[in-house]
Amino acid sequence: SVMATPRADDWSWFPALALGVSFLKCILINAYHSTDFEVHRNWLAITHSLPVSKWYHENTSEWTLDYPPLFAWFEYSLSHVAQHFDKEMLVVQNLIYTSPATILFQRLSVIVTDIVFIYAVKECCRSVREEKGSKDLLGHPFFILAALLLWNFGLLIVDHIHFQYNGFLFGILLLSVARHLQGRHLEGALLFTVLLNLKHIYLYIAPAYGIFLLRSYCFTKDNTDGSVRWSSFSPVRLVALGSIVISVGALSFGPFIAMGQLPQVLSRLFPFKRGLCHAYWAPNVWALYNMVDKALSVLGVRLKLLDVAKLPKASMTGGLVQEFQHSILPSVSPSITLICTLCPTLQPKPHPPPSLALSPPAKFHIWCRPRGARGFLRCLVVCALGSFMFGWHVHEKAILMAILPFSILAVESREDAGIFLMLTTTGHYSLFPLLFTAAELPIKVLLMLLFTLYSFTSLKKLFRGSLLNPLETTYLLGLVAVEILCEVVYPLSPWQHTLPFVPLLVTSVYCSLGVSYSFIRLYVSLLRQHGTDKHKQL
Amino acid sequence: MENWSLVSICVLFGLTARWAVSLNSYSGAGKPPMFGDYEAQRHWQEVTYNLPVHEWYFNTTDNNLNYWGLDYPPLTAYHSLLCAHVAKLINPDWVELHASRGHESYGHKLFMRATVLVADLLIYIPAVVLYSFYLSEGSNKKKVCTVLCILLYPGLILIDYGHFQYNSISLGLALWGVVVLGLGWDVLGSLAFVLSLNYKQMELYHSLPFFCYLLGKCFKQGLAGRGLFLLVKIAVTVLVTFALCWLPFLSDPGQILQVVHRLFPVGRGLFEDKVANTWCSLNVLIKIKTILSTDTQLYFSLTTTLLAILPSSIKLLMKPTLWQFKLALVNSSLAFFLFSFQVHEKSILLPAFMLPLFLKDGLLVPYVVTSLAFLFFSIYLLSAFEHCSEDKLRLGPYRRLLICMPRMDLGRVTKWKFYFSITAMAGLSFMSVALAPPDQLPDLFPLLVSVFSYLHFLGLLLYFNIVQIAEPLQSVRKNQKKSN
Repeated sequence: SVMATPRADDWSWFPALALGVSFLKCILINAYHSTDFEVHRNWLAITHSLPVSKWYHENTSEWTLDYPPLFAWFEYSLSHVAQHFDKEMLVVQNLIYTSPATILFQRLSVIVTDIVFIYAVKECCRSVREEKGSKDLLGHPFFILAALLLWNFGLLIVDHIHFQYNGFLFGILLLSVARHLQGRHLEGALLFTVLLNLKHIYLYIAPAYGIFLLRSYCFTKDNTDGSVRWSSFSPVRLVALGSIVISVGALSFGPFIAMGQLPQVLSRLFPFKRGLCHAYWAPNVWALYNMVDKALSVLGVRLKLLDVAKLPKASMTGGLVQEFQHSILPSVSPSITLICTLCPTLQPKPHPPPSLALSPPAKFHIWCRPRGARGFLRCLVVCALGSFMFGWHVHEKAILMAILPFSILAVESREDAGIFLMLTTTGHYSLFPLLFTAAELPIKVLLMLLFTLYSFTSLKKLFRGSLLNPLETTYLLGLVAVEILCEVVYPLSPWQHTLPFVPLLVTSVYCSLGVSYSFIRLYVSLLRQHGTDKHKQL
Repeated sequence: MENWSLVSICVLFGLTARWAVSLNSYSGAGKPPMFGDYEAQRHWQEVTYNLPVHEWYFNTTDNNLNYWGLDYPPLTAYHSLLCAHVAKLINPDWVELHASRGHESYGHKLFMRATVLVADLLIYIPAVVLYSFYLSEGSNKKKVCTVLCILLYPGLILIDYGHFQYNSISLGLALWGVVVLGLGWDVLGSLAFVLSLNYKQMELYHSLPFFCYLLGKCFKQGLAGRGLFLLVKIAVTVLVTFALCWLPFLSDPGQILQVVHRLFPVGRGLFEDKVANTWCSLNVLIKIKTILSTDTQLYFSLTTTLLAILPSSIKLLMKPTLWQFKLALVNSSLAFFLFSFQVHEKSILLPAFMLPLFLKDGLLVPYVVTSLAFLFFSIYLLSAFEHCSEDKLRLGPYRRLLICMPRMDLGRVTKWKFYFSITAMAGLSFMSVALAPPDQLPDLFPLLVSVFSYLHFLGLLLYFNIVQIAEPLQSVRKNQKKSN
């Protein structure tokens, strides 16, 4: 029977898990979809109906093409299948076109491209360290990892209801990570370069890749104490890596450079005109910053220290992306956020080697004391989370970039599992405002309960014992109170019309506490590992 | 992982599937003037809230019985009244007398769907969990798989959360009856079943097994002593429950007659539409509907139904065990479905057969997904194919019957028959959706579906009857492995 102790090569449960979640995705086809649906339909239309030279100039619709060229080619290939479903969706002028065939096609395209994600999860599960001892299937780390990744709440909600192609993209990322864990570094590098050319948000974790590959792949040997052996530098490998990056880049951007459109493409990819925060504040440091600023300004007005007329009128959570100024605290510009993103990975260097005065990131840590691919993975997660915490115009969906790779670490170490539970629960809850319709409320609550219940019980069973201290548990239970307050109590209160942004604010600020806490703990664990290494060296 | 967490996960998953299906369309959406079952339920809330009890089942100026008149027993009416009170709190427009006719809105749909979910959560789902854990066999993991598969059963999900009905209440109460009887509390079990019967008269399909099982138990305990006492207790419980449910109608015999008349519309003929039972299929060859008079049709179907159910009931009377009881439930409901009067296609709650109905409601995608998912999970989790041997399927009696035929492995025959049936069903589904029927035979596909299904149901009836009757009266082996 399927539930008995499996043989090492018995993977029959994996297709069952994958098929089960695919059925669930199919049944959500007729659920609410956001404007992202129209965005992708528009891109299908643009790539199909217009010549390549017009792709990045087209602006009939407000949702202009703002992903790198490889993604445009991806949409182009999809559009060839789309024309068999409904030709009308490929007409650029058909704005907000949502025939049943269109919805069916787009939803199915997300479900089908998720096969990349499913394959990547399988590869990651194969790389998980297996513990000896006969456990039943449900207690094996690779089963838990597969369930946590395939049935990830955030991915289900964002991809299959809100509508995006994250499954496909994260599949490529996880596959690249799996290849590095398996020691196949060139493939991993290739996959990551492709990913960068599909969605440039992954630039945030590119430094982690760069330093790791340079250090662990280009330098073939280490000294006995683990530090870099300069003599083992292999130019061949560097050239191999370089050629991969350049050839993929050429494939992707080549046509546009040839047409002289590079500045236009770059301006579409990096629209710094948008504000510090998205319409709904992602639960990061800037949410707390904004909160403090608003609180101080309200306090200032109350205490008659400030003149109301002089305060900027723009609302930060009004629903549109605007530029604005902070009232009391200093305003934040894009360059400041860039420095902040790099800074948290700064660490006090007890014995700084003279040749590396600059280059501070936690990547410094992998440079000095590389701990193989797992250290790289940890650094990747810290980079992703750091960029979420301090980045410019961060979407709350970006939390998935930290959560998904972190799942691999969570099933291998007890401490990581504790941080994971905290980060995942808070991060997933912060996605709730994405689905604001009443009909989808039971679905998001049920799926959240499903995932949270599973992650807690399975990890607790795996590591035999409680993973969170009472304070953390109380904080997480507080999420229930926040949910009831924001979705049940507040809409029935008289302030719903005058101050409609309060539930969003409360959710965002409450979650940023949890996310910040997880970030600090993760960073501390990174430092502690570095500390142990230094200790061992002495 | 502990049982409670696994079961909770299954329940949460089942609830998610249910609510996801409910996001789709319902019966009669946007189709004036009559709309569909959804409007019927809303109308009953309007009627029960605004009119006095003695007018609910009568044709009055305020209550036009031709527009979805009440045709379920009183418990449905009380349930509608309860929902109406809640509706009134949220938005009085929903149950305004006359003015709310044909009311359709986003909020109202959410409310109606929520009432189904609440009823399901309170009645049906706990019964399923208790049934799997106390009355089915196997390891704990197997029981959890049983819970999951039962909860994923597409027929119930699509009818209750798609088309729109409240079958989970009547089925749930009947299941409570089975569970409680299985635990040995006969009086409470009969109470649960009477409540179920008073919710939907369709539960009459299950009434004979309940009756025979309890009567058989009384006989076994000896009519001179404890048996008689048990019989009296059960009889009193049944009568009192009936009286309580029908209390407002007891004052006037005319009321009772009218309600019964609404519940059993004998004037409507042997069948309507395409139903996979004997009469509809027979009608293809001989036009019985026109040959026989309505009265003759009634008596004819009554007799055949009773004849069909007789062997199973007698066997259950003689051997009132739980296993016989379960078999009898299947046999009785199949027999009633196949032979009785004015049967609706929904009564069978088997999804593949209800395909034309789902196409009309716009539920094709949920139908395909839930059916495939259910098939996959049942086969994968419950290892159905591994148990496909002759012994497990209890095909022994068949072997004796087919003594003249060459020796073959009936287990494999069954497996191949199953593959064939599934392929045929998929083919019929595809044809119904993709192709247009020829002009001379506009009802070709529904008819094909119904005849095909009929043959399957008839085969199942024979199979289960043989299995039930062939079991020896004295159970020699205590630890029989049962393939439920």
